[in-house]
Amino acid sequence: MNDKKAIGQLGVGETADLGEMSLNGSAGERLREMGLLPGAPIRLVRRAPLGCPLEFEVAGARLAIRGRDAARIFTQ
Amino acid sequence: MADTRLFALVGNPNTGKTTLFNALTGLRQKVANYPGVTVEKKEGTGRDRHGNEFRLIDLPGAYSLDAKSPDEEVTCAVLHGERADTPRPDAVICLIDASNLERHFYLATQVMELGLPTIIVLNKTDEAAERGITIAAKKLEERLGVPVVPMQANARVGMEQLQVALSREEPPKPKWESMVGNDVAARYEKINALLEGTVARGDVERLTPTDRWDRVLVHPVWGWVILLGILAGLFMTIFSVATYPMDWINAGFGWLGEQVKASMAAGDLRSLITEGIIGGVGGVLIFLPQILILFFFIGLMENTGYLARVSFMMDRLMSGVGLSGKAFVPLLSSYACAIPGIMATRTMESARDRLITILVAPITSCSARLPVYLMLIALMLPIGNATQKALVLLGLYGLSILGVYAFAWVFNRTLEKTGETLMVLELPSYQSPSWREVLMQLLERGKIFLRRAGTVILGLSILLWALTTYPKSDSENASEQLAHSAAGRMGKAIEPVIAPLGYDWKMGVGLVASFAAREVFVSTMSIIYLGEDATGEGNTVREKMAKEKRADGTPAYNVRTCLSLLVFYVFAMQCLSTVAVTRRETNSWRWPIFQVVYLTGFAYIAALATYQISGFFLT
Repeated sequence: MNDKKAIGQLGVGETADLGEMSLNGSAGERLREMGLLPGAPIRLVRRAPLGCPLEFEVAGARLAIRGRDAARIFTQ
Repeated sequence: MADTRLFALVGNPNTGKTTLFNALTGLRQKVANYPGVTVEKKEGTGRDRHGNEFRLIDLPGAYSLDAKSPDEEVTCAVLHGERADTPRPDAVICLIDASNLERHFYLATQVMELGLPTIIVLNKTDEAAERGITIAAKKLEERLGVPVVPMQANARVGMEQLQVALSREEPPKPKWESMVGNDVAARYEKINALLEGTVARGDVERLTPTDRWDRVLVHPVWGWVILLGILAGLFMTIFSVATYPMDWINAGFGWLGEQVKASMAAGDLRSLITEGIIGGVGGVLIFLPQILILFFFIGLMENTGYLARVSFMMDRLMSGVGLSGKAFVPLLSSYACAIPGIMATRTMESARDRLITILVAPITSCSARLPVYLMLIALMLPIGNATQKALVLLGLYGLSILGVYAFAWVFNRTLEKTGETLMVLELPSYQSPSWREVLMQLLERGKIFLRRAGTVILGLSILLWALTTYPKSDSENASEQLAHSAAGRMGKAIEPVIAPLGYDWKMGVGLVASFAAREVFVSTMSIIYLGEDATGEGNTVREKMAKEKRADGTPAYNVRTCLSLLVFYVFAMQCLSTVAVTRRETNSWRWPIFQVVYLTGFAYIAALATYQISGFFLT
C-alpha cells in the first residue's frame, strides 16, 4: 500500500490508485467526468521534455496535466 | 415525403466526429458560427438508403452535458432545443471511442436520457482490438434498445450498417434511465453495470504503436530535432514552393489588368477595375498558396495526432505568459501570415486562450513585413555589410517575439478569468493520415478565407483606391496626383502627429496606404518618389529616398527615422485581411477594433520612444 502522495510525485512508469483531489469547482468536476475517480489506477507515463506538463494514463486515455494541477491530485 | 429529418452528431473531442460527418455528408456541408458565440456550426446533408435526404449537424465536442465551456453549452442547448437558431434534432448519433467505453458512455448516457431516438456508433474498433478490447455490440443493443454500430469511420468500415440504422422509419428511443443526475461517481457505477459482460479485455502488456512513436517524437533530444526539422521544412515550403503559384497568380492578374487596359478607354472606371478591383482581389489571392500550405501542414499534424504532442512539448514555454501549448502552432503560423494563424486557433478549446492568441497574433513578423523591413534596413545602413543588416532583421524578429509574450502576459492579467483554469490536454493515439479529411478541411478553410476575407478586402481596397485617386488633380504626374488626393491630404494632415516620430508627410501617405496591407508601403513609396507606376525598379526608389532631404538639409531617412519606422511596422496593425479574419473568428467587431487601436497605439508610442531616445545617442 502506497502512502498518500500527489500524482505529480509518482515516478515515471509508476502506477497508483487515485484518491482525493483538492481541485474545486468545475476543474475538479471535469476531471471526475473524465474518469479520474477515487480508486481508478493512474500511471505516470512521462514528463514533457521541459519537465512540465506530465502525461498520465488514466481511465483509458492519455492526458497531459500541468505540474501545478498534478500537485493537487492525490493517490490513496 | 416526410419532412427532412435532422440528426445531430454528438461525441467527445478526438472521437472521429469530423471523419464520420464528412463520410455521411461528403461535400454537401456548410460552416458558419453560432450567433453570439465563437463556436463553429457545421451542418450538411446526406441521403439514407431510400434516397431520402436528411440533415446532419455536427455538434461541438463535449465531455459532458454539464457544460463547462462555450462549446459544450452550445451542444447542450441544441440537444435541449433551447437555441433559437437551431431546431431541436429529431434523432442523435452518439459517437463512442470503442477503446475507452466507460468515459465515452458518460456523455452517451446523459444524451440517451434526453429521450431522443438514438444511434450509438462504436468508432475506432480497430484501435480497440489492438488493445485487446472486444465488445459485444449486440448485447449492448439489447440492453439499450437502440442500434449499436461498430465502425472504423476513417476506413468507412460499418457505413452500411449505420445507413440501415439511419434509414429506419421510426428510429427507437433508448430504454435507459439512470436517475443519477449529475452525480459523477453514481453515473460511472451505472455505466459499469451496463457494460458488465459486454466487454472482453485480453491481456496486452505490450507496447502500443503510439508508445513506440512517442518514444521518438517526444524524446528530450530527438523530439526537438524532429519538431525543428518539420518546422524548418514547413517554412522552406512556404517561402520557396509557394513562390511559384504566387508568381502565376501575380502574372495572371497582371495579364487580366492588361486585357482590361487594352479593351477600355482610360478613365476612372478602368482605373477602378484595374487598380481597385483586380489589384485588390489579386492582393488577397496572392497569399492563398502560403495559406493553403500552412493549413495542409497543420491539418496533417492534427489528423495524425502529432499536433497534440507539439502542444505537449511547448506548453512549458507558453504557460509563463498564461497561454497553453495549443497556442504554439497558431502563433508560429502567423510568422508566415496571421490569417491562417488566427484561423488555426480553432484547434484550441479554451475560448479565453483562443482570444488572447488571436489578439497577439498580428505582432508576429508575417512575411508581408519583409519587403518593408528590407527597404528600410537598406536605407538605414547604406554602407553596412550583410551581417549588420541581418542582425537588424534578427532584432526585429526578436522584438516581435518579445511583443507577443509581453502582450499575452498583459491580456492574461487583465481579461476576465473564466471558471476553469485547469489545462488538460488529451493525447490521442497516432493514426495514419486520412488524406481525404485533410484535403476536405483544406478546401473548407480556403473557402472561408476567400469568401469572408475576400469580400471585406474587396470593399476596402476599393475604398483605398478612391482615397488615393480622388479628388483628381490636373497633373499627369502620379506623384503630384497622389499628393493631391485624399490619402495625400491625410498624410499632410497627420504630419504634426507623426513629426515627433521623425516622419514627414510623404511617409505619412505610406503609413495611411499601408493600413490596407503592409507591403503597400513599398509600392506607395515608389509612386511618391518616382512619380511612376508601382512596378518601378526598387533600387532607384531607394536611391531617391536616400537623397530625400529635410528642410535643414539633413537626410530624411536617417538612422533614427528608419529605426522608428521599423519599430512602428513591428507593432502596428496594418492588414485589412487580418481585421476581416479576426472579425469572422471572434464573431464581433469589438475585438478587431480593439486590436487595431491597441496595436497601432502601442506602435505609435514605441516608435516615438525609439525616435526620441535614440536622439540622445545619434544625431
